Amino acid sequence: MELIRIRGIQKQYKNGVTALCDLDLSIKKGDFVFVIGASGSGKSTLIKLLHREERPTKGQIIIGGIDVAKLRNSKVYKLRRKLGVVFQDFKLLPKLTVYENVAFALEIFGLPQGEVRTKTIKALELVGLKNKAKQFPTHLSGGEQQRVAIARAIVNGPKILLCDEPTGNLDPDTSYGIMKVLEVINKMGTTIIMATHDREIVDKMEKRVILLDEGKLVKDFEKGTYDHEIY
Amino acid sequence: MKFIRMIGRDIRDAIKSVFRNFSLSMASISCITITLLLVSLAIVSSYNVDNFTKLISRDFTIVVFVNQDITEEELTEVEYNIKENSNVSEYKFQSKEDIAASMMETSDTFKNIMGQWDETENPLKDTFLIKVKNIEEITETAIVIEKLDNVSLVRYGEGIVENFLSVFKIIEKVLVAIVILFIFVTAFLISNTIKLTIFSRRREIEIMRLVGASNFNIELPFIVEGLFIGMFGAIIPIILTIYGYIALFTQFDGQLFSPFVRLVQPNPFVYIVSLIILSIGIIVGMFGSLSAVRKHLKI
Repeated sequence: MELIRIRGIQKQYKNGVTALCDLDLSIKKGDFVFVIGASGSGKSTLIKLLHREERPTKGQIIIGGIDVAKLRNSKVYKLRRKLGVVFQDFKLLPKLTVYENVAFALEIFGLPQGEVRTKTIKALELVGLKNKAKQFPTHLSGGEQQRVAIARAIVNGPKILLCDEPTGNLDPDTSYGIMKVLEVINKMGTTIIMATHDREIVDKMEKRVILLDEGKLVKDFEKGTYDHEIY
Repeated sequence: MKFIRMIGRDIRDAIKSVFRNFSLSMASISCITITLLLVSLAIVSSYNVDNFTKLISRDFTIVVFVNQDITEEELTEVEYNIKENSNVSEYKFQSKEDIAASMMETSDTFKNIMGQWDETENPLKDTFLIKVKNIEEITETAIVIEKLDNVSLVRYGEGIVENFLSVFKIIEKVLVAIVILFIFVTAFLISNTIKLTIFSRRREIEIMRLVGASNFNIELPFIVEGLFIGMFGAIIPIILTIYGYIALFTQFDGQLFSPFVRLVQPNPFVYIVSLIILSIGIIVGMFGSLSAVRKHLKI
């Protein structure tokens, strides 16, 4: 079942740089997709368009029935509630504990405390950090901080998880641990789209790979590897 | 229920934020305290000036002197015309004998001189003492009465009334202008504090947006914070208004400079002013904050 449909997308920034050009893409429910390419190839722009941080200059993006390009600023939250987003720099609140960082994503909607607690603990269990719930992010390793960010992104039970270079700041072993977590989340039915430079991970995971080059879709393999795409 | 939970969380977070950014909050609360204190002072003064005007209006009297050789019929006609005047609220007749008698009571000198007068020698004139409904039309009323037959002289403190009224009116207008100006100053100060809070919490806002918070979800905590800053800023002005005014009233025995200028009774006056100050703090706090959030988050 098609969950994301991208048609003829173009993104040109105000400084004249064209980040994406005539991109067509279809992503099914439950897919795990790597978006790879050199710096400036348009990977991060694609992720930004998907969670409507940026608007496309041209084209159409349909996510779960929502026309993202036409979505008014005041209605963007409706899309974001269906998505989870994970970044390279984690984006955690240092003054809040691990538990509070994850619960934050539920509390702002006014959910009852009992429900917040159950869902938060469940998400922390999934990323293997239940025992560190009371610690502050600054006391955690990079990998652990990224797990907290993942827990926060999935605590609402989103249909899609967007990851923008989530392993960019992590060593290979830690990165692999993160990928294991993402694989579990994917197996539970969440569609994952991950922009990455990490050749080792892409090769190990053997998932669908989309290669971008200067904003254009160059290759799309069902079970690709990084080397395979480049050479 | 969901909304109440959200409000509850925002109240908790707003109080936390006020204390977390203590120096910033204190700076803002102090400025608001000063402006609200001035607002309170302006309201108290304005209300008292209004009260003075009313008291003066009540105290001012038109004194109508009739001709000395007036007959009973003519006097009745003058009285009828006064009674029929639309601006006359009440009047009192004083015969020249009554006036002489009351003057003799005030001093022995008067008693010695006036005591020797017989009915025909009394040089005083019969008078009507008139209170008016609208003090601003006292001059017009006096002119109308002065034109009546057999009226020899009309006195109502010409010039003084007009001066009093115009001075009080100017004072009142200036005070109202000050109140409005300070309300804007308060809104500006709160708006600035919230701008700084937004800056210090921009990461939190970014994450809120990321996890799907609506504009309302984002605005609400800042509105609540503005409300608290306004409320905390109103505490000292309220205390000073209540205790300061009561102390002033007691110290001067309820009158300022002369018995003519009486102060408004503290109860319930100070509590009404306090409520106004609190409301200004809260409402201006909320709207100052909302405008800052809308402007800076481009909502």
